[in-house]
Amino acid sequence: MSATGIGAPVRRKEDFRFITGQGQYTDDVTRPGETRAVFVRSPHAHAKIKSIDVSAARKMPGVIDVLTGAQLATDKIGNLICGWMIHSKDGSPMKMAAHPALAATKVNCVGDAVAVVIAETIAQGKDAAEKVKVDYEVLPAVVDPAKAQAKGAPQIHPDIENNTIYQWHLGEKKDVDAAFAAAKHVTKLDIVNNRLVPNAMEPRAALADYDAGTDNLTLWNTSQNPHVARLVISAFIGMAPEHKLRVIAPDVGGGFGSKIFIYPEEVVCLWASRKVKRPVKWTSDRSEAFLTDAHGRDHVTHAEMALDANGKILALRAKTIANLGAYMSTFSSSVPTYLYATLLSGQYNIPSIYCEVDAVYTNTAPVDAYRGAGRPEATFVVERLVEVAARQMGIDPADLRRRNFITAFPHQTPVIMAYDAGDYNASLKKAMEIADVKGFAKRKREAARRGKLRGLGYSTYIEACGIAPSQAVGSLGAGVGLWESAEVRVNPTGSVEVLTGSHAHGQGHETTFAQLVSERLGIPFENVSIVHGDTDKVQFGMGTYGSRSGAVGMSAIVKALDKIEIKAKKVAAFMLEAAEGDIEFKDGKFTVAGTDKSAAFGDVALNAYIAHKFTGAELEPGLKETSFYDPTNFTFPAGCHICELDVDIETGRVDIVNWTAVDDFGTIINPMIVEGQVHGGIAQGVGQALMEGAFYDAAGQLVTGSMMDYTMPRAHDLPSFHVGLTETKAPSNPLGMKGCGEAGAIASPAAVINAITDAIGTEHIAMPATANAVWAALQKSQAPKAA
Amino acid sequence: MYNFTFHRPTTVRQAAGLLARNPDGKLLAGGHSLLPVMKQRLASPSAIVDLSLVEGMTGVELKGRSVVIGAMTRHADVANSQVLKDVMPGLAAVPGSIGDPQVRNRGTIGGSIANNDPNADYPAACLGLGATIITNKRRIAADDFFTGMFSTALEEGEIIVKVAFPVAKKAAYEKFKHPASGFALVGVFVSKRGPDIRVAVTGAGSNGVFRVKSFEEALKKRFSPKSIEGMTIPASGMNSDIHASPEYRAHLVAVLARRALAKANA
Ligand SMILES: Cc1cc2nc3c(=O)[nH]c(=O)nc-3n(C[C@H](O)[C@H](O)[C@H](O)COP(=O)(O)OP(=O)(O)OC[C@H]3O[C@@H](n4cnc5c(N)ncnc54)[C@H](O)[C@@H]3O)c2cc1C
Repeated sequence: MSATGIGAPVRRKEDFRFITGQGQYTDDVTRPGETRAVFVRSPHAHAKIKSIDVSAARKMPGVIDVLTGAQLATDKIGNLICGWMIHSKDGSPMKMAAHPALAATKVNCVGDAVAVVIAETIAQGKDAAEKVKVDYEVLPAVVDPAKAQAKGAPQIHPDIENNTIYQWHLGEKKDVDAAFAAAKHVTKLDIVNNRLVPNAMEPRAALADYDAGTDNLTLWNTSQNPHVARLVISAFIGMAPEHKLRVIAPDVGGGFGSKIFIYPEEVVCLWASRKVKRPVKWTSDRSEAFLTDAHGRDHVTHAEMALDANGKILALRAKTIANLGAYMSTFSSSVPTYLYATLLSGQYNIPSIYCEVDAVYTNTAPVDAYRGAGRPEATFVVERLVEVAARQMGIDPADLRRRNFITAFPHQTPVIMAYDAGDYNASLKKAMEIADVKGFAKRKREAARRGKLRGLGYSTYIEACGIAPSQAVGSLGAGVGLWESAEVRVNPTGSVEVLTGSHAHGQGHETTFAQLVSERLGIPFENVSIVHGDTDKVQFGMGTYGSRSGAVGMSAIVKALDKIEIKAKKVAAFMLEAAEGDIEFKDGKFTVAGTDKSAAFGDVALNAYIAHKFTGAELEPGLKETSFYDPTNFTFPAGCHICELDVDIETGRVDIVNWTAVDDFGTIINPMIVEGQVHGGIAQGVGQALMEGAFYDAAGQLVTGSMMDYTMPRAHDLPSFHVGLTETKAPSNPLGMKGCGEAGAIASPAAVINAITDAIGTEHIAMPATANAVWAALQKSQAPKAA
Repeated sequence: MYNFTFHRPTTVRQAAGLLARNPDGKLLAGGHSLLPVMKQRLASPSAIVDLSLVEGMTGVELKGRSVVIGAMTRHADVANSQVLKDVMPGLAAVPGSIGDPQVRNRGTIGGSIANNDPNADYPAACLGLGATIITNKRRIAADDFFTGMFSTALEEGEIIVKVAFPVAKKAAYEKFKHPASGFALVGVFVSKRGPDIRVAVTGAGSNGVFRVKSFEEALKKRFSPKSIEGMTIPASGMNSDIHASPEYRAHLVAVLARRALAKANA
């Protein structure tokens, strides 16, 4: 291993500009003549728009234009779409309601945009926005997914009865029912997977610039996948043909999924820029972000697990209602279906599984993928069921897991996925050693002397990453393929630029991708730069989410590097006057087998461009290669997290005292970055388990609409993590990588809740398990109480 | 934020004059309560009278048997005051528990008390020590000052200049942080100064900071957690929101009072 190659804990290249305030985020980009967009948003969760009067607003100082949904329709700007088709059990297609970028006749959630003011300054825009008069007829709202389908619930979209988008299922019901009928033990749980607000550090932003001279549109936006944004905005919204629209996602300050999607604001900025013939910028403030960023999770589930007398799992069934909010966001339909039910086998050999999912509309912000997307929900169901079953049957929870682990690979689950590699016993064993599970009983007694109830919770999770084989997702309804592209440009002086379709918004690609190139070409790490996020530079790409940039994005780079090596060997053969087949490449040097003749990588690069040694007829000049890589399978990162915590008997306050994470991510490019990803993921998962939760009141107002009411995890809420690794290579990609971006958020909620319920002796506690909730649960449990 | 005129007086008298001439003007101290509501366009004062250049409004001094703190003294400066830590560390702990370093370095005692946020920490200390709020017009006892959520005895144009806290031999604050905001979900300040025993609670009451007379009575026998063991306060009159039920808040009042008493005796 070289100091900067694969496996080295290289410091992140990008951090210098980030931590010295020199990042270039969308809001930092300014264009001459820039105007500001200020949106007029609905204060009601559900209302008819009787009229909109913009005349007073138009007369306000600094106002350039005020635009409404009616004009959007006149200009034939298309609706936002959800790009993944799901069919109901009865074969009918999902019911996607119209989602105009500006509501013209009806609003369906608080924050729905009804008009936009284009003004010289934000302050002028805000002053004018207050003068837009919207006459609403307020309608009753429904916010709870469990109530959305009920008789008499307000119908949100015309023709969509019971607010039901689809009623989907997966697995063989008959087999599952038979297994349950024969089971010795059945564990049942009602679970709510709480709604979360992503809260990326950088709020969403868009800057649109129409060039009347060329009729070209440029959009800077906070996107995790600028090419997909361009495709959707061109093909579905009809804003401009793809070759007349450039999308640039510069530095992006976190996404967690929420910046995958195409949002109304960027569409409106593009449209408005063409109308006013000036650049139009919008930057969300934090209050808007709470209301309008796609939220995550929000499932209501009844789940059951059947076991035999020895604790062998026979079957699992689940019925889930998934809240998709007021409109179907870009990938929302796939999250509670193919990203959820397909993972209900966990790390276990479960012969039959059946899952039904109803997706519903409510008068809340749209819900879509959020770090883990479907897999945290699945892990929570499986890991809670296993834990409760073990306790009910008097079997040690680790032991019950071991009895059911899949140990032979490949393993076909009853829910589509074919796990290709893993060693679940290894990660459990290592985690138990690091966490010193043996010493737990003693620590528990010691904690009791301090008025604390100590608990220990496991989560042996699995996820499907490296999203995804195009053929597979195509057969499941995806509107796009999920391959990745790369272009490797070697310059005449031997330095290298890699253009990738992956997008970095915190992951550290500029470092890890450079490590790969440094290792493969034997050139200094500093001589490699990574270019991404601009549709004019990178030909095409599917972006970053689903822990795919390593397994898929880097695999595309590997393929392009393979081609570079082949071409460079040809050039070297001319230079060294040897047969191509005799050229060997190692550590940045081309040698002729069995001789001492050699050429350095830089010399070969120079010769490729000066082309003096060969004629164009024999070999084309230049050294640049492109590849598209389509994975053959998902990857399956898995591992074991163990949470140890104290519950304060008097107040219900939970303190996490120990956290152990042992993950199998396959090949690791940069262990320091991987550890960082694990840390952040655990923090988000602990946030979900103990603190976070978007709460709407019955009228559809977001009560947790600011940091004063929405609890984010802080550094002091978390202990120092003990992080370990085990490794089985992913067989489906050339590097053997599995992905690490989401694991922490997937594994941790179940570990926390398993530990709390272990501590207080209850079967379940809903997330977020706030001190108040834990205290209330303690009052009903058998655990020792405070005086 | 809407437009406003900005004034920077250098004396209390000038500041009072500016307020008199600008009836819907507002004093600006640390700005950590006022500016957020202005940014959200929920407040629109026509004039801002910034107190930061007014002389004689900062500092922590021991004067006889009282600690006197200038209204413009930042939370961090009170928390770190050696004078205060020497005579009454229990009071220094109150600003020390506020917010984060940015908030502590800007927010002021005068602003906090004038604002009387029902979850703020200082009101518990004022009531829990029987402080005197000294304005440009008069001296107001803490017992008369806090008149309900976000409301005080301050009159139009009245400026807090100082707050005088009598030094109590035993004093301690115990705070259970609001999970999101970091304010007090419940905070209890206890003190004993001769026969004067006080237990003041912030965060819990639906009408702002209040004293728990039943606890105070029970503590007269012995100023110890034991004296209120098993005692509770009714949940009625407690705040209720998504963060805590009235029952939980009432329960916390008793728990935190016991913990504060143990701390005060330590
Ligand atoms: C993120 C955050 C966290 C916080 N956490 C806490 C916490 O944990 N605990 C807590 O108690 N507080 C907390 N606060 C509030 C903080 O302490 C404020 O600074 C304080 O409440 C107000 O003080 P200020 O100096 O900022 O006043 P300002 O915001 O400047 O003024 C507040 C009000 O008081 C008036 N006023 C100011 N000075 C005077 C005066 N001398 N005489 C008369 N009226 C005056 C102003 O006109 C205004 O109406 C937090 C604030 C923030 C932003």
